[in-house]
Amino acid sequence: MSMSHRSRPEEQAPPDVFYNQAEAEKYLHNSRMIEVQAQMAERALEMLCLPEDESALLLDVGCGTGLSGEALEEYGHTWVGVDISRDMLGVAQRREVEGDLVHQDMGLGMPFRQGVFDGAISISAVQWLCYSDRNEHVPRLRLHRFFQSLYKCLRRGARAVLQFYPQDAEQLQLITASAMRAGFGGGLVVDFPHSSKAKKYFLVLLAGLPDEGFSMPQALGEEIAATQVQQTAAVNMERKQHAKRQIDRRPGKRSSKGVTKDREWIMKKKHSQRRQGKEVCNDSKYSGRKRSKVRF
Amino acid sequence: MKLITHNMLMSPGTRNGFPLAIEVESLEEVEADFNPEFIARMVEKLDYPALLQTVASLSVVEGTLPPQVPEKYAEDEEFLKALHHVLLEVEIVEGSLVCPETARKFPIKEGIPSML
Ligand SMILES: C[S@@+](CC[C@H](N)C(=O)[O-])C[C@H]1O[C@@H](n2cnc3c(N)ncnc32)[C@H](O)[C@@H]1O
Repeated sequence: MSMSHRSRPEEQAPPDVFYNQAEAEKYLHNSRMIEVQAQMAERALEMLCLPEDESALLLDVGCGTGLSGEALEEYGHTWVGVDISRDMLGVAQRREVEGDLVHQDMGLGMPFRQGVFDGAISISAVQWLCYSDRNEHVPRLRLHRFFQSLYKCLRRGARAVLQFYPQDAEQLQLITASAMRAGFGGGLVVDFPHSSKAKKYFLVLLAGLPDEGFSMPQALGEEIAATQVQQTAAVNMERKQHAKRQIDRRPGKRSSKGVTKDREWIMKKKHSQRRQGKEVCNDSKYSGRKRSKVRF
Repeated sequence: MKLITHNMLMSPGTRNGFPLAIEVESLEEVEADFNPEFIARMVEKLDYPALLQTVASLSVVEGTLPPQVPEKYAEDEEFLKALHHVLLEVEIVEGSLVCPETARKFPIKEGIPSML
């Protein structure tokens, strides 16, 4: 089979090769990609259920060009991003993101001290660990090292929300089981489970005991009773159907990059999300505040 | 890389690979908005002795932090401002990080440390 017939980027090349300068540039100009990254990051942030009205210290795994990180900034959080591609990180710098960037292969572990982060997100990156790009790469071991080190650097009671694209049921199982083996609680949330296009997998993980009663977030779907939450506290991933749920209408499409989100925009958006019964951070005086950019 | 990140960063796969020594080739001072609540919350997470050690090795901030965290640090504006400056307004642009356990060197290029 020739390269062009393979559809998944993960099958084409290792991540540091696939995410080269040309690929990284797309994240600067392709408005569809920009929108999708930002939307998923916002959804992940929402499911982190951070204490309201506080700015947190967050980790973004596979932060790439910083689109996901910028979504965290908009809500007043400070973040640190880890990525294996220097080209992606270079674009993040051109974007003048506020987060600090660290060049690292997540399969070698998160290079941080114990208990420092209030939460972690990852957008479309973790499935890369399921591929073996070199002889010494054993996916199971790399996943284990990743989840173990992620668990360690999170504050007890903190969450990690990882959106990823499993190739098949086997990968889904491999990733989920690996997270549970590292000690995480939680499980899988599948948004829009009935739409092949919009369907999104989020691993919602809890490090240690919850601050208060832990409940899995509700999945988003397009129709009533479309929720499908897979509880994987037990590794066997039994499915649990939630009968009733609210109809969710995602808030209006995010405006394209370059438009500054002012305080009014954010307040309006939070208001509309609250009305839809979503968990939204309290407004703080930092909401929508313009902060200075760090330049090199 | 800011010093807040440096205070969290550890040599991967080691037990005692913290704090990483910084060999600075170039450094910049930048401006960031002061959020006293955030800085106060960071105090619990910091390894303060390690931060003092780092600060002592950087001439631009040397001596700007007290030897101990003040008891009522959350209300101590002067302390929080000094800490804010150290944590968020000093950027290491070029240089290396050195693991205290293995002496392995990690380069910092254009502000990005490479832990690979
Ligand atoms: C779809 S992109 C995510 C983009 C990013 N969220 C953004 O806002 O630009 C996936 C990212 O995962 C990163 N990645 C893949 N495998 C990785 C690994 N083993 N370690 C660290 N990052 C990895 C890639 O380099 C890429 O930047």
